[in-house]
Amino acid sequence: MARKIMFKEAINEAIRLEMERDETVILMGLDVAGSAGTGQERDSWGGVLGVTKGLYHQFPERVFDAPISESSYIGAAVGASACGMRAIGELMFADFLGVCFDQLYNQAAKFRYMFGGKAVTPVTIRTIIGAGFCAAAQHSQSPYSIFTHVPGLKCIVPSNAYDAKGLLATAIQDDDPCIFFEHKALYTTKGDVPEEHYRIPLGKANILQEGKDVTIVALGLMVSVATKAAKQLEKDGISCTIIDPRTTSPLDQDAIFSSVKKTGRLVVVDEDSSRCGFAADIVAMTAQEVFSSLKAAPQMVTPPFVPVPFARNLETAYLPSAAKVEAAVRQTME
Amino acid sequence: MSGQMSKEALLKAYRKMRQIREFEERIHSEFATGEIPGFVHLYAGEEAVAVGFCEHLSNKDRISSTHRGHGHCIAKGVDLMGMMAEIYGRKTGTCGGKGGSMHIADLDVGMLGANGIVGAGPPLACGAGLASKLRKDGSVSVVFFGDGAANQGTNFESMNLAVTWDLPVIFVLENNGYAESTSPKYTARVGTENISDRARGFGMPAITVDGNDFFAVYEAAGEAIERARKGGGPSFVECKTLRYYGHFEGDAQTYRPKGEVKDARANNDPLKRFAAAVVAADLIDSVELEKIDKEVRAQVDSAVTAAKAAPDPDPESLFTDVYVSY
Repeated sequence: MARKIMFKEAINEAIRLEMERDETVILMGLDVAGSAGTGQERDSWGGVLGVTKGLYHQFPERVFDAPISESSYIGAAVGASACGMRAIGELMFADFLGVCFDQLYNQAAKFRYMFGGKAVTPVTIRTIIGAGFCAAAQHSQSPYSIFTHVPGLKCIVPSNAYDAKGLLATAIQDDDPCIFFEHKALYTTKGDVPEEHYRIPLGKANILQEGKDVTIVALGLMVSVATKAAKQLEKDGISCTIIDPRTTSPLDQDAIFSSVKKTGRLVVVDEDSSRCGFAADIVAMTAQEVFSSLKAAPQMVTPPFVPVPFARNLETAYLPSAAKVEAAVRQTME
Repeated sequence: MSGQMSKEALLKAYRKMRQIREFEERIHSEFATGEIPGFVHLYAGEEAVAVGFCEHLSNKDRISSTHRGHGHCIAKGVDLMGMMAEIYGRKTGTCGGKGGSMHIADLDVGMLGANGIVGAGPPLACGAGLASKLRKDGSVSVVFFGDGAANQGTNFESMNLAVTWDLPVIFVLENNGYAESTSPKYTARVGTENISDRARGFGMPAITVDGNDFFAVYEAAGEAIERARKGGGPSFVECKTLRYYGHFEGDAQTYRPKGEVKDARANNDPLKRFAAAVVAADLIDSVELEKIDKEVRAQVDSAVTAAKAAPDPDPESLFTDVYVSY
């Protein structure tokens, strides 16, 4: 039965259900058990934003507080997963992926291919992305494009509580290394989420609405930005299709191409960096595959090519907004 | 010296060491013909370390290795024919020709892979050790790394992680005298002669042994592995040794003192020392060792012949094995 719960509760529930169903599922990360050195009862914290709260009590032997040594514990999650476990490594902020990049980029991603198909690495890395909190350049990025770039990794960017639960359940049971990007602005947003266990396949887009004029592709928090823009545009008689790919790798190309074939116009909304990124990728492949269907140049709504700024006015100017999406859509209609 | 080892075990250890030596010497000469693609890093001279440890391990124990991984692979029981074919980039190779010298892995025998990234192994070995601990099956993991990797942050982080999580991991430092071309003298100032002193600071038992003395390695390995199996946590063993070839094949080795390798081969060779010790103790007749030498030479010969004759990987294999599910 569905009830309204928060995005972060949906994530907690997905982990709990997988840990109940599968004894090989383990969880490690900073403060995930959360004794926090207080001498108090453990599980006081449950990760920096409380996402894993309660899991240590239920699974004390399978939830591990890690030292602030991302290379070693993320690497250990990879190693344990190559040895029969399904490890979930929580990396506090995606900005810290740089600290343990090798263990994902050169190790987890490549084992299967380098070893001629003889290895599986069913590790899932959960990490927090997104700007909007004045957390500045090292705690606000959305670097899923860097990992999408790497063959062998699967990248998941959920946009709502229902998807978060179903996609994380799939990621944990997927035999390939998955990186699960959780936008911090979504954590307290609520959605209808069934109590029971369910899965959403990776690489299957969610089409939120269908319109005849423009195809908008958006991920994560940007789905709500695109939806807001589409409502405004509707008032002016411009009808939009909104596609949430849910995962950047694997990517549901068919959903995008077949929509663009109908609308002839494409706008991609992406919070990641503009160069060599997700938006650029979607525009490039659409231009290559369905060029003859295009009625206008595809548009990208991304941050400018600068680090995430600190001051509120600068950060607001940095982020894609409904107004920017509207403007981009109107440009394709000119 | 060999109190715990049966004659059979001694012969097996010698055979493994001879296989590694013959394999590496042969690759050295074959590489010179230009037929072997890519980068190759040879393990000759360090045989006592890999074999001294792996003779205590079974298939359910895991090792992680380095770019200089052939010796670890052979010691852990990876098929020698498959290895040679892999190094030649053939379809019949251990990894179907997709890994090459630096990425030979066989998880069925507990070999987590040679690794092209210096210092990548220790975190992976901690993960393998965590899996062992959770499975409660008494298995352990052993990570081999060099004096170069000893300075990587991953190694320091992993020593702390292994102690903190009380993991059955044995850190084996193969101090072969050169991080690529640079002596530890210029890269690791620990205030003492031994890098193992660092490990003691993390709170684990640590020891430095003569890495060219098989029996010294075997004994230290046995103690550390036994401790880990019984839940006593991680240990660190530094093995001082010397590699006989360059950092990679083709390395002019201008950094070496003249006569260093020649002297080591004559006076401090791990195989010669092993043979001299077992013959002197009247445990094994030298004729038996010579028989093994001959058998191994034939085995490596046939591995080279088979590798050269084997087909290239199928072109369509370029696209497979990236993901388990697509």
